[in-house]
Formats: sequence, C-alpha cells, structure tokens
Amino acid sequence: MNSGVAVLEIRDLTIDFGGLKALNSLNMEVYEGEIVSVIGPNGAGKTTLFNAISAMVPVTSGDIVFEGSSLLGLDPNQVTARGLARTFQNVRLFTNMTILENVMVAQHCRTRQGAIGALLNTRGFRSEEDQIRAQGEKVLGFFGSRLVGFRLNQPASVLSYANRRRLEIARAMATQPKLLLLDEPVAGMNPVESAELTRLIGRLRDEWDFTIVFIEHDMSVVRDVSDRVVVLNHGELLTEGDYADVSVDPRVIEAYLGQDTIIEDATAS
Amino acid sequence: MTATEMRPGTAPEPELAPPRRALDQNWRRLVRMGAVAALVEVFIALSGMPVRLDERPVIVSILSLGYVFIGAIPIVVGNRIGRQVRREGVPIHKAGGYELLAGTLAGAIAGAGLSVLVALLTHFDIREPLVNWSPQLLELLSFNRGTVFGVLIWLGIGAVGGFIGGGLRLLPARLRRTLLTMATTVVLISILEQLVADLVSGVRLESVADWFYGRRGGLTHSGAGVIAAIAGVASFFGRGRLKAARAHVQSLEGPARTRATSLMILLTAAVLIVVPMLVGSLTNELLANVGLFVLLALGLNIVVGLAGILDLGYVAFFAVGSYTAAVLTAATSPRINPEFPWFVALIFVVIVTGLVGLFIGAPVIRMRGDYLAIVTLGFGEIIRLLFLSDWLSGWFGGAQGITAIGGVEIFGITTVDGTNPRGVFYLVLVFCAIAIYVSWRLERSRLGRAWMAVREDETVAEAMGINTVNVKLLAFVVGAVLGSFSGAIFANKVGSVFPSSFLILVSMVILVVVIFGGMGSIVGVIAGAALLIGVLGGPKQPGLLAEFSEFKLLIYGALLVWMMLARPEGLIPSARRTRELHQEEFLQDAWLRGEVDTDDGDGNESEATERP
Amino acid sequence: MIGKWAPRTGAPRTGVDKFLTLLRVVAIGLIVVGLAAFIAQEINTDNAFARWANPDATGLSGAGFRGLVIAGISQGAMYGLIALGYSMVYGVLGFINFAHGEVFMMGAMTGWVTSTKLAEAGLWESNFVGSFVIVLFGSILVSTFLAVVMERVAYRPLRGAPRLIPLITSIGVSFFIQNMSIVLFGPATKSYPARPDWVKNKHTALQIEGDKIMVIAAAAVSMILLWYLVERTKVGKAMRAVAEDAEIAALMGINVNRTIVTVFAVGGAFAGIAGIMWGIDFGSVIGHTGFLPGIKAFSSAVVGGIGHLGGAMVGGLFIGIAEAVGPLLILEPLGVRGVSQLRDAVAFAMLIGVLLVRPSGIFGERLRAEDRT
Repeated sequence: MNSGVAVLEIRDLTIDFGGLKALNSLNMEVYEGEIVSVIGPNGAGKTTLFNAISAMVPVTSGDIVFEGSSLLGLDPNQVTARGLARTFQNVRLFTNMTILENVMVAQHCRTRQGAIGALLNTRGFRSEEDQIRAQGEKVLGFFGSRLVGFRLNQPASVLSYANRRRLEIARAMATQPKLLLLDEPVAGMNPVESAELTRLIGRLRDEWDFTIVFIEHDMSVVRDVSDRVVVLNHGELLTEGDYADVSVDPRVIEAYLGQDTIIEDATAS
Repeated sequence: MTATEMRPGTAPEPELAPPRRALDQNWRRLVRMGAVAALVEVFIALSGMPVRLDERPVIVSILSLGYVFIGAIPIVVGNRIGRQVRREGVPIHKAGGYELLAGTLAGAIAGAGLSVLVALLTHFDIREPLVNWSPQLLELLSFNRGTVFGVLIWLGIGAVGGFIGGGLRLLPARLRRTLLTMATTVVLISILEQLVADLVSGVRLESVADWFYGRRGGLTHSGAGVIAAIAGVASFFGRGRLKAARAHVQSLEGPARTRATSLMILLTAAVLIVVPMLVGSLTNELLANVGLFVLLALGLNIVVGLAGILDLGYVAFFAVGSYTAAVLTAATSPRINPEFPWFVALIFVVIVTGLVGLFIGAPVIRMRGDYLAIVTLGFGEIIRLLFLSDWLSGWFGGAQGITAIGGVEIFGITTVDGTNPRGVFYLVLVFCAIAIYVSWRLERSRLGRAWMAVREDETVAEAMGINTVNVKLLAFVVGAVLGSFSGAIFANKVGSVFPSSFLILVSMVILVVVIFGGMGSIVGVIAGAALLIGVLGGPKQPGLLAEFSEFKLLIYGALLVWMMLARPEGLIPSARRTRELHQEEFLQDAWLRGEVDTDDGDGNESEATERP
Repeated sequence: MIGKWAPRTGAPRTGVDKFLTLLRVVAIGLIVVGLAAFIAQEINTDNAFARWANPDATGLSGAGFRGLVIAGISQGAMYGLIALGYSMVYGVLGFINFAHGEVFMMGAMTGWVTSTKLAEAGLWESNFVGSFVIVLFGSILVSTFLAVVMERVAYRPLRGAPRLIPLITSIGVSFFIQNMSIVLFGPATKSYPARPDWVKNKHTALQIEGDKIMVIAAAAVSMILLWYLVERTKVGKAMRAVAEDAEIAALMGINVNRTIVTVFAVGGAFAGIAGIMWGIDFGSVIGHTGFLPGIKAFSSAVVGGIGHLGGAMVGGLFIGIAEAVGPLLILEPLGVRGVSQLRDAVAFAMLIGVLLVRPSGIFGERLRAEDRT
C-alpha cells in the first residue's frame, strides 16, 4: 500500500500550553496512500496533534513537513491550500448554510474568481461557478443519496448526527486535499453506521487517492481499516506498527488500563 | 425548497378550548402589565410628545397625533394581555369575557397613570428638572375642563381603550384585520400627507388633495371616511388574493421566475423615475435624503449583514468621501484645489476611501467582534477630530469646513446641486442601483459564500481554506467605497462640508436603519431607510413628521432595543438571518414538516431516497 | 479547546501583517521622537533638534506639567470607576454594555437635580458635606436602579443570543437613555450650584485642588470596598463563580440571575459615584456627557485587561494620564498645532495601540470559560 514516500513528517514536535506539554518531541511519518490511525487514552495529545498540523495551535518547537516543505509559520488557510484538510471532533458545520453551500465554500482555496468577475458576470466566473457546483455534487454523491437531491438546498442544521459527520467529511474532501485528517469520524454512530463509514474510509483512499490519518477510539474501526497504528500517551509516541502487534503490546494495554478489555475483545473476534 | 409545499402534515390548527371564566384572572400579570403601560403613558406625556404633536392633526378637529400615542397604549395593552402562548399540549382558549375584563382593567390602570399625572400637575410644580411639566400639558390632558374631569376622563379612556383592545380578540380574524388595516391606513395617509398631497397635485388633481386634507394639515372628515372605506374593502376582500399572488410568484421557477422578477424591477424603476417628476422640490429633497441613506445603509449592509463585522465607525467613510470630493472639486478648498469635474473626483474618492478602508481595516480585522465595534467607533471619532483640528485646518478648513462646493456637472448637459433636488435624487438613484447590483452579485458568488462562512464560524472557515483576514478586509473596503459614494454626492448636494455633519450619531442611525430593515436583506434595508429616514428623518435631515425631530433619536433607540428583543431579523428579513437567529424554532418547524432527517438506526440509504 | 485561531509567531507573511508591523514601528517611532523632542525642548528650546521638531516650542513648566498629571489622575480615577462596571459585566456575561456610560450620565444628572434642590433650600452652602452625602446617595440609588432595570428589561431576555445581539441592544439602550434625559430634562447644559472655596482651592505640597482630592479619595475608597465585596464575601464568591462558568455555578446552587443583577447593581453604583465626581469636578452635565467617558472607560477596562477589576482602575489612570499629558508630551513637541483638540483622538489611539500590541491588556483578561481564546 505505501509507496515509501513520506507525505507528512513530524519532527521533534513539542507543544507547550503554559507549562503543560501536550506533545513532547513527537516523531512520526505518514506515507503516501496510507491509512494511519492515531489512538491513545484521553488527553494523550491526539487532537492537539491535528490542531498543530492544521496550524490552529502554535508550535513550541520541532517541525511539521508536508511534501518536503515545512508548514510552520503558515496560517490555517494556507495549510489547507497546501493540500491538508481536516474534520472536527465535535462536528462544526456551517449549519445555516445549505448542504451544497457547505461543500461549495470549501473549494474557496481551489478557485480564483473574485469580486470583479462576480460583478461583471464574466464567462470565467460562470464556468467556475458551474465547476464548483458540479464538484460539490460529486463529493456529496460519494455518500450515496443521503446528501443530494432535495437535501442539497436544505440548511445543514436539519441533518441527522450521522449525516452531519458525513457532510463534514464531504466538506473536507471538497478542499481537494492530499491528506485527510479525520478526528473521530465514527464517534457517536451506531455499529451499522460505523461499519459503513469504515468501508468509506477505505474507498476514500482507493478511489480518491487520499492519504488518511484518523483519530479513533473504536478499535474495530481501527482494526478494519488502518495500515498502521500510532499510539500516543502523555504527548509522546508510545509505539507504532500494524494493529495485530500494537494491540498485544503490554505498554499499550497498560496505557489503556481499565480499557484493556476493549482491545482484547477486538483481537478475539 | 419547492418540495416543502407538496409535503403534507403541517401542524394542524389546534382545536379551541372553551373560553376562560372572566374572574379567573391572572391578577399579578394584569396589574404588572397595566402598571408598565401606565409608566409608559406618563413617560410619553412628560417627554413633551403629546404637546408637540398636538399641532399635527390626524383628522381635522377630532384627533391630533399627540392623542394618537397616549390613546393607543390602552388599546395595545388591552389587546396584549389577552394573548395566549401556544405550547404543545396546552389548549388555546376561545376569547370571551376573560379577555374583555382583562383588557378593560389593564387599560384602566394604564389610563390611571395619566389621571395621577393630571392630579400631580395641578398641585405641584416641578418644572425645574422636568421641562415638560407645563400648564400646556395639563390643558391637553384635562381637555381644558379642570382636574376632576381630567382624572376621570383618562380612567374612562383607558377602560374603553382596553375594552376595545380586548374586544378585538373576540372578533373573527378577518374582521379584526380589516379594522386594524383601516385604522393604520388612516393614520398612515395622514402622516404621509406631504407626499400624498404633492403626488396628487402632481397629476393635476389639486381639488382632490384639497378635499382630502384640511387647510392646516390632517385629513378632513369625509377624506378620512373615504380612505377608511377603501382600506376596509380592500383588506376585507383583497387580502387572500394578495397572498395567493405572492405564493404564485414564489412557486414559479426558471424563466418564468426570472420574467416575474424582471417585471417587478422594471415596475419599481418606472415608479421611481416617474414619481419625482410629479412631486415638488420639498418632497424631492426628502427623497434625495432617503436615497443617500439607502446608499449608506446598503454599504453598511455588506459589512454588517453579509460579512458579520459590526462597524460602528462607518461614518468615517462617509466623511472621507465627502471631504475628498469637496477638496478635489471646490475652488475654495484651502490647500489643494484642482477643481476636478465631479466624475473625475469620484475616481479619487474611490481610491482614497479604499485606502482609508484598508488602513482602518487592517489593524481591526483580527479583533474579536465586540472589540472591533468599539475600535471602529474610535476610528470614526478620530477621523472627525482630525478634520476638525487646527492641525489639519490648512487642508480641510477645521471647524469652518469647506464651503461653496459646486454641483455635479453631468456631461455638460446639466448641473446637479442642492437647488435641484430632483436631479440629486436621480443621481442618488443611479448609485443606489449600482449598490444594489453589487450587493446582489457579491452575495451569490464565491466571495459571498466565504463571507457567510466567516460569519458563521471563523475558525472553521479558516481551516477550510478561506483567508478570513483578506475576505473580511474586502467586505470592509467594498462597504467603505459604497459609503463614500454617498459622501461624495452629499458634499456636492449640500455645497459644504463641516466636521459636525459626521458625528458618530450618523453611524448609529445607519446601523439602526440596517437592523430595523433586516441585516443582510437588500429589500429590507431599503424599506428600513425609507420608513425611518423618510418618516422620522435622518440625524440632521427632517422627515415627513417634522414635529418628531426632537424625539426621533429617542424613538430610534427604543426601536433598536425592541427590534433586538422581538424581531432581531428585522422588518423584511433575509431567510438566512432568520434561520441564524431562530435556529431552534426553525428546526422545530422543519421537524413538524418532516424535513429533519433522523438516524433510524440502520443507517440504510433507502429511507432518504424515498423522500420526494 | 480551540477557539479563534491565533496567528503564529514568526516572520510576517501576509500583507496585513507587514502593514501592522509597519504601523507598530511608526507608532513607536513617533512616540520616541516626540519624547526626545520634548526632552530637548525642556533642556533648551533653542537647541537644533528642538528647533527642527517644532520651531515654536516653548517647553512646559514644572507646575504646568504637575497640574496636567494631577488632572489626568483625577480624570483617570473617574474612568476607572466607570470601567469597573464594563469590566464586571464583560467578565460575567461576555458582552459590552454600551449603555453603561449613560448610567454614569444619569448619576451626574441626578446629582444636578438633588444639588440644585438642596441649593434652593440653602443647605448646599451651609452644610456642604452633609448635602454632598445626600447627593452622592441619591445618585448611587438612581444609577443602581437604572442599571438593574436595564438588565431586567433589555439584557435578560437575550442571554445566550449570538454575541453581537446584546451589544447592539445596549447601543439602543444607550441611545434611548441619552435622549430620554434630553427630552425629560431639556437639551440645555445643567450647571451644578457653586462649590465652597475649599473644594476649588489647592491643598498640600503638591498643590492639588480639593475636588481632585475628593475624586481620588472616592476612587480609592470604592476600590477597597469592591475588593472586600468580591474577595471576602459570599456574594463576591458567587460573582466569581458565575464569571467562571454560569452553568456550573447554577448547578452548585448559586442563583445566577440574582448574581448577575448584583453585578449590574454594583457596576451601576460605581458609575453613580463617578457621575457625582464628574459633576463636582466639571460643574456641569448634559445628555451627551456619558458617551465619550463611557467609551474611554471601556478602553480603560480593555487596557487593564477586561474582567480584571484592579486592572480597570489602573487602565483608567493610564488612559486619563495619557490623554492629559500625551498631546503635550508627544504631539506638541512635533509641531502639531492645537493639540488639546486631539485629546480624545489620543485616548482612542491608545486603545487601538494597546489592542494591537497586547490585546489581553496589561494584567491579562479574565473571561468566561466559553469566551477564552
């Protein structure tokens, strides 16, 4: 699966929140075409890692290199323009915009037409609008018929929880990234839905050529879809490897103390 | 959204429960509402409004505007007290004796406020702090017939008004609406006297105007009767049809919809072009003032309504536009006076205001929304203080300002200046059209979507690849440039600019206009400006109700608070703003219509596809 | 956890950043050159540098400078007193109560009414101290009442509304109260009755006017009382808890509504005190009196770090001194004419400067959990 080319390299990354080290000289790589899951107990620094990569928290020291160049010093929108898109743990949609608009607005950094084009209604403007719309519908179509049809022009606030999560992924896809960061994509979903989404994550890589990093607590999802598992604990890299190795690693089980049953269950089945 | 109309299952009208017993009143609520109304009555009386507005008759020798206000309050409170809140599972009672009694009592309490005031006015004199504690007020309130009569009559008026207010609830809805329409139309036509009379005379029907309106203002009895009758008939038989027509237009799609919209636009344009030809210069002056504020409000609407940036210093751009135009066109400008033609100066106005917009915008654009509001207000003051200062008086004339600014020369054909308000209005109209087009196009573009996203959640917008700083800055600058157009026209219309024309007050008034009309709604903003500036007047410009000039700011303040509490989306809201402000109610409605999708557990797709 | 994204430190990237850096450099440069020119002109108005900066410079006498600083301190103490109200409300409810300046104005207005009535009765001259106490309590009462009514009528229904909604409402309230006082009391300037001589005379070695001493003393006493209230009483503890997290405080059995009313009442009382001080110091009040001091007081609260009560007072003193001294210290030496007209501009520039350099204020802001960045 992996081509051996590191898309994302994290080097000695340290994030310091006024004395509290959320991440402590973390090193990891993500290779092209990989699906990597990041696991770890609560407070291990998983979301902080995502926030650091997407430039939403300042980096204390270390470096984040994406496709050979550093992301440090960029604003979040520039990171997204480089080809990194993310979803949020607590779904954050533009709830009063329509579903179509949600995915249309995400193509902002891939499109160019500004005020002048809009005012003069130039041919370039119109064709770009059509493209944006077509691309938006294509992205939404990936999730079956749930987000298209009469839903296209409804505000996102009417969506069910699971469909909000799907729309958030669609919105991230619409930014046309290389690397997708999914923060707990199946949290709060029922087993059927999460199984379906797990399949979709696989298809995202196979059909859309995304490299995917996702945070997940649901071990069955981690087992089913990830090529590699990275375990964080107290802001440090505990271990990494494929699921079978990681899940029996005594250090991991210790880190999850009290939650070790989950891991055993998952391996048993 | 067309799918929603086909959908069955809108919430059915709940069946009415039998009327409540008249004596089962909620006494505390009754006394509280009555007391609040009484306080309002006393406040209005002491503010001097009735005395001042008594000069303005609504119907000759029967009713003056002064009495309309104090007389309407018992009716309003008498009606409001019978209101029942619709709650799931709680029955709505039919109106009956309960409403009548509650209304009468609450109205009487409200009237009692004035009775007490009449008694106090007779026996005490505290004119020292309260300037309106005057014999005229006593005369007005007691109808010139002594204290006892005054005390009793207000109790009576209150009770009767409350009874009428409560009684309105007993009438069938259609009749109630008709009565209300009749009353409001009569008052409205009376308020719009200048406009209507001017218009009627414009089409050579002076005799009709003379018949309608008395010599010293106000409707004649027969005029009022005819208007009430027409309004009544129209409301009673026309209402359903109007609604149906609107629904029909809204249900149109594709080319038919476009055709309907273009027809509307053409009609409006025709009216706006023809009306100024029919009316006199006084009315044209009024229209031109309204137009200037429409232009300002449209500009601010882009900043506040579309991008969600609360700019309290918007007057700065109005000022910069005015001063730039003045400096570049006037021969009397102290330092530089190139005496450009107005349209050439306009190019520089756009450039200068754009730069000032960038200069002010850059430091503030990253700030939290509320800090940004205060800091822009600060910039607005700083700009005015700089124009006022001796330091720069060599450039801008300090407190003396720049005077003797020429008019706008239009391609050598005609010159538009203050003496030609009709020309000013047409000029403003052109720029308003530009502003409307700009707002309309931008809202539906990539940029407009980005503004929406920024307004909803800036962090996420940034993470989705939108350069929030640039996008917001652009909104700020576009708004600034539109405001500067208004400033440039203003300078050459008035013929002089003074720092005192650019008080923060102007910013506030524009903000009230935008919010009253409906943030983000082009039609709303225009309607807001027309109503507020046209009827009440601008910061320095008189409106149709010139008698109101002392009270208009008070009313603006009260209106702003009331709008925020009762109808934050404004008079003619944009659909999206309504959703933002009433998300819970919106969701409930959507749920009732069966539009909210739910996780039915199995996550299968068929459930979604079955929907129409 | 992540609120608004914070720009990363490091090299400037966008045009806006570069522009802001330039702005900071120019502002600091102006201050440095202005100060240097001031010092040069103080040493000798004829030296070359002083001449270059402002050929007409006359320098400033020591007594003149001291007078300015003292006036600045007393003015700043008033700003500080008003700022407490802004700061407390922002800390607890997270919005700018724009109308707080009008509460201050109504305090001064009430003082005018009571003091003229007392003067008519002859008490103001014969027993100034006693009258002053009555006037003070009258103003505190009215201002407190006004602040509480404002909260009940305009702000309570808006709890939990989008952040800018209560701010816009408070602008409306401010507009309303301002014009209410104009229509009720008339638009003319209201003059306080003449003050006894000892209030006007200068005292102590520092030659401070009596009214300035009163203002500074009142501010000091108020601060001590407030400190005691917030840090040492149960009510104060409830306030701090609600400021931290209203929901959790409610779960802990604190009556959130009553606590918020208390916050408005306390803020209103201090604004009332400031109003009387204004009346005593400047001798007059009109309907628009509240507007500019209100904005400057809010600036003070921001400068000190909003939500931080000591900071509000320090910020007030800072703004007061800066606007009194700043124009003469920095602008006049640079040859700007008519600098006293630019006082307000300096105060606003101060606010903008602080927000550009250190948006969280001198002492750091203390906000509700949900407002923190």
